[in-house]
Amino acid sequence: MTTQATMLKFLDAGEGALVVEFGREVDPAVNDRVMALDAALAADAPAGLVELAPTYRSLMIHYEPLKLTRADLTARVERLASGLRAAAKARALWVLPVCYDGECGEDVGVIADWAKLTPEQVIALHSGATYRVYMYGFAPGWCYLGGLPKELGISRRATPRPPIPPNTIIVAGGLSLVATNSMPTGWWLIGRTAERMMTLGREPVFLAEPGDYLRFERVDRATFNALDARAAAGELVARKETPP
Amino acid sequence: MSGLKVVAAGPGVTIQDSGRPDYLRFGVTGAGPMDKAAHALANRVLGNRPGAAAIEVSLGGVELEAQGILTLAVAGGDFAISRDGRALPGNCIVTLAPGQRLRIRSGASGAWCYVAVAGRFDFPPVLGSLSAHTRSGLGPPALAAGQALGVAAVEMSLDDSMINVDWPPGDVVRVLLGPQDDYFSPEQIELFLSSEWRVGGRSDRMAYALEGPSLVPAHGFNIVSDGVAEGAIQVPGEGKPIALMADRQPTGGYPKIANIIGADIRLLAQKRPGETVRFKAVTHEEAVAARREAAAQANAPLSLTPLLRTHFSSEDLLGVNLVGGVVAGEE
Repeated sequence: MTTQATMLKFLDAGEGALVVEFGREVDPAVNDRVMALDAALAADAPAGLVELAPTYRSLMIHYEPLKLTRADLTARVERLASGLRAAAKARALWVLPVCYDGECGEDVGVIADWAKLTPEQVIALHSGATYRVYMYGFAPGWCYLGGLPKELGISRRATPRPPIPPNTIIVAGGLSLVATNSMPTGWWLIGRTAERMMTLGREPVFLAEPGDYLRFERVDRATFNALDARAAAGELVARKETPP
Repeated sequence: MSGLKVVAAGPGVTIQDSGRPDYLRFGVTGAGPMDKAAHALANRVLGNRPGAAAIEVSLGGVELEAQGILTLAVAGGDFAISRDGRALPGNCIVTLAPGQRLRIRSGASGAWCYVAVAGRFDFPPVLGSLSAHTRSGLGPPALAAGQALGVAAVEMSLDDSMINVDWPPGDVVRVLLGPQDDYFSPEQIELFLSSEWRVGGRSDRMAYALEGPSLVPAHGFNIVSDGVAEGAIQVPGEGKPIALMADRQPTGGYPKIANIIGADIRLLAQKRPGETVRFKAVTHEEAVAARREAAAQANAPLSLTPLLRTHFSSEDLLGVNLVGGVVAGEE
């Protein structure tokens, strides 16, 4: 019989970091278990635990091996993992105002052509879905999401494009993310949010915790501009709702 | 308030404390010193809090002018250091009178050194840390000529001294295989461990390129992104491994064949472009033992040799064995 605990894989990333791998693919059930272990370990942290970093499919545990042995850490993880019943409860559903028009949604037409849909159908699909924050990565505040409708699963660009504007929502390979800063990318630009996933000096600095939900609410360019100005001044313009 | 005026600074000279923990889950890399042992020593000899902010000097060098009386410590690679044109040892404690200049240039060996100040640098913390992460713009900007660094100075009655360090230069960097060593055949792992690797010219705080044979993973170059620890050696599409250092990206989508053990990250970090290393696989137990040994060394009694005359060249100083100056410290 396969138990949840026996599906774990422990991988070393040096002597001070342990990767607890639940799978090798992007899968909502796998990410659920990553988030559940993250929450369980944070709530029952052994001395010597330094930092937890959840990703799509694994939890990276940074620890001080002179205070916490690998054997004690893996025993703790196995015990907690065997008791994981369901996904950790999301604290919040964030509704982000998004402009899909013109240069904000520069690649909506490309995505529509690829998906054999109209641009309006692409926007309706994207703004109609509920997403889950699977992980942050690449750069501060870059927020990787699960829940992109399958119809929008266009693969990456053949070659990267020049830097995208800040706060752009991009898609590729069946995944979606909200970027914070301006970087070159091989992904496609579907919209731009007036909200900031990260703002120093604001509370919270990072809008969403890993495991939280996001929805995108379409706004026109004029509304976007007004909200963007308020967000630039440090105001929170996303709406917080009760998670599903 | 006292201060240090930046007269000149090469590229990549930054402020680093022990790093910015707790935000990896939001994609924020810890940054922190490339050579943690040297950073810690520079602070320790001045009685500073461990992990206090210090200036990390790159091969580009730096020139600083004291505003007020300041006691500084320099530790790290063997850089060429002088005060108002007079040579000092590569690892030293030195007090600057107002207007005196400390000049640090790349020297015989090593890629990074640290300038700590008795007292503390006066910068506002960002997400709890003073470490600069230049790529994301977190923390203080890189040092630039004309800048004045505020210092809350503490008066010290420390003689100008040479810090005697016991850091034998090593070309063998120990690694733990994994987390994706199963993406590589035994032959490819053997190739990784038996080859000589040259540090590439484009190496920086983010990554050191490793030039040598191409490594080919058995299961392709793409994995679903997962976490990246400091010292990870990842193998991207063209098969040229790179070692991910203090300013690495927090996650990565290429297989990681091995991770440098904590005690040896500084060995690679102090290599300059063109210098070579070899990698040796050790067990987890051996890596922890090396970490314990490094921690013991970091707490060993300090050995300081007072500089009796400051007009000696560093060659003179290194040739003189001033045993009477050795002091024992305890922690």
